[in-house]
This record gives sequence, structure tokens and C-alpha cells, in this order.
Amino acid sequence: MFEPMDILGPGVFIPLIPAPRLSLPLDTVKVSAGFPSPAADYEESRLDINEYLVRNPVSTFFFPVQGESMEGAEIHDGDILVVDKSVRARHGHIVIAFIDGQRLVKRLHHRAGRVALMAENPCYPPLEIQEGMELHIWGVVVGKFKRFGA
Amino acid sequence: MPVFALVDCNNFYVSCEKLFDPKLKDRPVVVLSNNDGCVIARSAEVKALGIPMGVPWFKIQQEAKRHGIVAFSSNYALYADLSNRCVEVLSGFTPNIEVYSIDESFLELSGFEGRPGGLMAYGAEIRQRVADWLGLAVCVGIGPSKTLAKLANHAAKKNLAGANGLCDFTTMSQDELNALFERIDVGEVWGIGRKINARLEAMGIRTVRQLRDADAELMRTSFSVVVERTVRELRGVSCLDLQEVVPEKQQIMSSRSFGQLVYDLPELEEAVASYVTKAAEKLRTQHSLAGAVQVYIRTNVFKPEVPQYQRAVTLPLPEASADTRVLIRWALRMLRRIYRPGYGYHKAGITLMNIMPATNQQFSLFASGGAEDVRSHKLMDVLDGINGKYGRGTLRLAAEGVEKVWQMRRGNLSPRYTTEWDCLAVVLAR
Repeated sequence: MFEPMDILGPGVFIPLIPAPRLSLPLDTVKVSAGFPSPAADYEESRLDINEYLVRNPVSTFFFPVQGESMEGAEIHDGDILVVDKSVRARHGHIVIAFIDGQRLVKRLHHRAGRVALMAENPCYPPLEIQEGMELHIWGVVVGKFKRFGA
Repeated sequence: MPVFALVDCNNFYVSCEKLFDPKLKDRPVVVLSNNDGCVIARSAEVKALGIPMGVPWFKIQQEAKRHGIVAFSSNYALYADLSNRCVEVLSGFTPNIEVYSIDESFLELSGFEGRPGGLMAYGAEIRQRVADWLGLAVCVGIGPSKTLAKLANHAAKKNLAGANGLCDFTTMSQDELNALFERIDVGEVWGIGRKINARLEAMGIRTVRQLRDADAELMRTSFSVVVERTVRELRGVSCLDLQEVVPEKQQIMSSRSFGQLVYDLPELEEAVASYVTKAAEKLRTQHSLAGAVQVYIRTNVFKPEVPQYQRAVTLPLPEASADTRVLIRWALRMLRRIYRPGYGYHKAGITLMNIMPATNQQFSLFASGGAEDVRSHKLMDVLDGINGKYGRGTLRLAAEGVEKVWQMRRGNLSPRYTTEWDCLAVVLAR
């Protein structure tokens, strides 16, 4: 490659040797020989884990879990939760709740005038939501995943 | 007849910060510009304290301490992700959308007037969906021209008309509009900057209503066709189409002020190389090539007591390129030419110019074409792929350096909650 600086400064201007060649790398050229694959008509796209876990990508966020209070719901320390904000929270949903400056994962109880955040572990009592307490349901947990260090 | 909506996110940067951190609820929060310089976003609580936009952070330290203001460095990775999500949600309401800025989009809504409840109901639905799906509050302004949609948005935001962050000029009577336009300063109109505002005022035009009713011809001869067009747009004649796709950038700049003064060439080289890397990455995402590179360095102009030096050079490239290695090589050569020892450098930057689509590339007679080019292209694909997957800077050229002492001050950067596996917000199971 010639260098424009060389033209700017004093010196001899020498074109690049060897001159450019046109070469096509093999793997960008499609070569077809022989019979077409008999499976060609049966091609389907491969399974994508995103498709399984995430229904609405635009409103989906991930939150890792710390703690043991949701073990009964198969949510363990270190799991990553799939949270879809577009799902409307209902009684029985597992939710991300913002309360008292904390981000919690709980099961939402909302029946007969009682609102409570339930744990899924007998060691953790329910958190009753009283008049005047500010509870913000951030989103609904729709799944979880974890990768092992293998 | 076209109908436009301008949708914009309220206190966007601050809202992004508050979205993931429950401790920030009801607290005064600001976001600072690069290098933690000035206040560039304020929460409602901060606005209520009377702290103005753009004020240098160091000037309000006392006040901030007194009121417990929480300040964040700009977390652009987070803001960009939420901005993109917001555009995606809005795209569900109309195929015709113009992304005007990181927190504003124009939507063309003609054809949706006949829905039950009309555009007001549609606007309310837009607000509701963005709030439900993303937790962000937006204001919606609707009007028969883009200028009026923007004004309606202003009216909605300041509670001058409409309700619940929503204002539709197309359903207001002429009398209502007249009364409203009389109350809004002409400087609030889209495209009327400080200079034009001052001259309009000298002509006795102070309110939106006065500008709307001004002689359009006179506005053209006194100012420009731009102002004339603004007058027509205020009258409800749409002159500005939706610019549906963001035009490819004609220039890509990357520059920063340094956290501390930089004296040595090697440190400057690292800084410049990393700016080129960032700009080249952007260049490749828009499938373009740069035809020229500019490099500049300068000392702190705000400290006239220390020796001053600044210099910029632009170099047309022998052939347009998007290869980080090629661009860095040229940028560093130019930097070495302009660098003078003995100065404390405060800022450096690079600009990629003469940007063209990658398909327009002309090979120069003496340039290396063919195989070399395909290889370079593949290498850059791998580079971008890895950095896209594992985070910017995972794989980089040695020229960028490892330590980055020059890097800008970002004292209180929140985690990249949505774009890095290591930065996700932890939820407690207790």
C-alpha cells in the first residue's frame, strides 16, 4: 500500500509491488455439483432457546437471584430470572417487587382484600402489605435459566 | 391530511437510572455529562429545587449535599438500550416513524383517526404501553404538522393543555388554540433558536400566535425559508415530511476530555487509537467506509495561565476504509506529526469523514485490493462479533493500550443493567 504521507514529504513515489490481483476466496463462491440434497425440502430453522424463554423481547429483562426464599418454586441462588414487564401481574404470579428500597422476588398473593408477598420456603414469613406501604410490582417472572461452568 | 405525534420520554436519562434502582424512588437524581461536568438530566425532585439544566456539577456541590442529590455519570449503554426498546414499542403503533433523538420520536398517524376514541385514545394507549412494558413515562403531542406536534408535546409536558401527558391539537377548537398560542413564548417553537427569537422579539413577535399570524413572505425575506416554513407549519400546513430513516452519518466523531492532563505521546496514542476503534466500529455497523481522518489535540483552553497549544490535521486516505488497523495507523502518524512535548493535553479527538456506503468503494490504482480486502473484512467481522458478544474492548488492538490512565472521569456510573451479563440487577430471595 502506498502511503500518502510519502507524497506529502520529500521522497520517491513508488507504486506497490506486486500489483493488485483479483482473487476470489473459495468459501465465498457457491459451488454446486451433483444432486441436490434430498433433505432440502425439510429444512427448518434450528431451535432457539430465546424463542422458548422470551415471548416479548422488547419488554423482557434478566435478573440474577440471591438467596434461598424461593426454593419451593424451584428458584435457586444464582439462577437468572426472565422477567416480562408486559405481563400483567395476577394472584399467584412470581414477581419482581420493589419495596422499601429493595428488589425482591416473591409470589404475589392478592385475594379477598389481602395483598402479600409470599416466600416459597417455610423459613421466610409472608410480607403483608399494609395501608400506606408502597409496593411496586416491577414485572412478572416467566422463566429462569442457569449455565453450569462446564 | 397527515397527522403527526411527537412522543418523548420524561427526564429520560434519570428515568433509566430510577427504573432499576428502588433506592432512588422519590429522591432527587441528576445525570452528569461526560467527565462528570454538567447536569444534563434532572428528576422532577431536582427541577422542583430550582436547579437549572446545564449547571456545572462542582458549582452545586453544597446544594447537592444539603438536599441529598444523587448524581450519576452518563450510562450511555443503558440509555441506548432503553431508547431502542422504546422505538420498538412505538413501531407497534405505526409503520411510519422517525427517531428524532435518543428520547424523541415522530410518528405519522394518518389513517388511525377513525379508530374508536380517535387519536386521543390512541395516544393514551401509546403512553400506557410504554409505561407497562418499559416502566418509562412519555408525553404525547399530536398535531397536523411536525412543528405543531412538537408544540403539543410541550403543552402536554408543561400541563398547558390536554391532560395526563397527552395533548391533541387536532381536536381543539380554533378559539382554544388561539388562547393557548397566546400564552406560549415564540422561543418554544421548534426551530426558533435564541438568535431568531431575539430578532423576532425586536419585530414585536413574542408569542406563538403572533408568529403563526405573521406575514409568511415577510418571514422569508427577513429570515429564511426555514422560518417561513415554520409559520406555515404552525398554521397546520405540513411542510416537513417524516424523515423515516436516520440518514447515514456523514461524520463520525469520537473525542473526550481527559480525566487528568496527559503529557506523554504514548498515552495520547492509546487514547487516539481507542477513539478510532470506537468510531470504526460505528462505521462498520452502518456498512460504510471513511475517506478521510481528522485528528486533533488541545490543551485546556479554560486555563489561559498554562502554555496553550492546539492542532488539528485532516488526511484523505489513499482508499476508503473501515479497517480499524488501517485507520489507527493513519491517525497515529498524524498524531505524531502534531504532537509537541511540554504541554498538558486536556482533550483529543478524531473524526472519520467523507463517509460513503461500503458498496461505493473505488479501489485506487496502487492500493491493495482483492484478497487482502476480503481478509480485512473478515477480521473486522470477527472483532465486532467478539466485542458484541463479550463486551466492548474484549478484543482490541495493542495500540489502544491496556491501562488507559487518560480515560474520562466517570465517578458514579451505574451498572449496564441490560447489556452486560455481569451487570444485571440482583433480586433478593429473602
